[in-house]
Amino acid sequence: MVFFLLLSVVIMTLDHRWHYLASVRSGLSLLIYPVQAAVDLVTAPLRSAGLAFSSRAALLDEIRGLRIHQELLDAQLQRMVTLEAENRRLRRLLHTSRETVEETRVAEIVAVDLDPFTRQIVINKGARDNVFPGQPLLDANGVMGQIVHVAPYSSTALLITDPSHAVPVQVNRNGLRAIAVGTGASNRLDLPFIPNNADIRIGDVLVTSGLGGRFPPGHPVATVTRIQNEPSRPYAWVEATPTAHLDGIREVLLVWTRPKHQKIRQVSPPTESTEEKWAP
Amino acid sequence: MGAVIRLYSHNWFIIVASFVAALAVTLFPLPAMLAPLRPDWVVLVLIYWIIALPHRVGVGTGWLAGLFQDAATGTLLGQQALGLTVVAWLVLLLHQRIRNYPIWQQAILILIFVALFRVLGAWVLGVSGRPTGFLYWMPAISSMLAWPFVFLMLRHIRRRYRVT
Repeated sequence: MVFFLLLSVVIMTLDHRWHYLASVRSGLSLLIYPVQAAVDLVTAPLRSAGLAFSSRAALLDEIRGLRIHQELLDAQLQRMVTLEAENRRLRRLLHTSRETVEETRVAEIVAVDLDPFTRQIVINKGARDNVFPGQPLLDANGVMGQIVHVAPYSSTALLITDPSHAVPVQVNRNGLRAIAVGTGASNRLDLPFIPNNADIRIGDVLVTSGLGGRFPPGHPVATVTRIQNEPSRPYAWVEATPTAHLDGIREVLLVWTRPKHQKIRQVSPPTESTEEKWAP
Repeated sequence: MGAVIRLYSHNWFIIVASFVAALAVTLFPLPAMLAPLRPDWVVLVLIYWIIALPHRVGVGTGWLAGLFQDAATGTLLGQQALGLTVVAWLVLLLHQRIRNYPIWQQAILILIFVALFRVLGAWVLGVSGRPTGFLYWMPAISSMLAWPFVFLMLRHIRRRYRVT
């Protein structure tokens, strides 16, 4: 009994302080993945029940809506190509090196509930797909979080709303830098250390600043929802809501970022048709 | 051949299967409203097997089950292993008494054991800098309510498959 108690305390310390146990956790996760996949499989019919019972007309409507949306996006993408080229040319004129190539792949969330007091998700891509710890995770609307544990066929991601997570951000309007810290609530981030007189307004979009070196710059993170100036305190009270749908989304995007002059490492052959490559 | 028969004669894999099932139910996605009320299934299954077969299931099993639960639910490795070790030790100490209690009285003890498991978890969470709220203690009550169901089902399985 004492032996197991000490063993627990020792491995907790190792795991918390020095992250020595990545391979142990990876092995355990590999053993547990079949259980998680089975739970995911069992709940799949429950999720798709809504689709099966919706009427043909509703589905046709949805397809029409999606088609219009797709055309809009295509039109914007045409401009995006020219803008990207222009941006690259201007950057070269300025001799800046902040030029990166991004590659994204789609991963699916495994529908399992983790500990309700940590904001984490399990996704179905792991070391076999070149996922690495610290890798940014996005959805179509913004930043979701980053990978913390990698197992061969699955990995665990920490969401930006976890109390132990913080993202370096900047206000899109004027470049004011801040840090968005998770609160544990699924729809709230706190921005500590913003002076009372800072130029920040409700509705401001916060994007990643890329300063931490972990998240690529320019991805939306959150929208400012509440600002309370308290003259008695040195900093304002600023809250923001994440733009990504952290609850109830199924597909997420994994991002590989590399400086332009490096070659993109070839990942294993694509399996999904939804895969996108943004390499110019 | 004799070794194989000896290996399978206790039907020990039923015990493993019950732990795997408990883990699967623990991971089963629930609506956000209900998720904090989820009973600690692995604790319940562990307590049952210790009461029923104290010579097979003990502190080591509890520790291992806790380690797997830590890996599965993404908590600090060793957090739930610590709690389950202490609970397993206490139940092992008291198993002859607990066996003779009526089921409702056992359920009250379950409340205490799960609360203890949660206290140890809260201690670890506190040390590693995560807040715990009121909802953190709810599984103690839901585990108490789930106990009769778990107890009767596992007893049925144990008798049916002659797990010894």
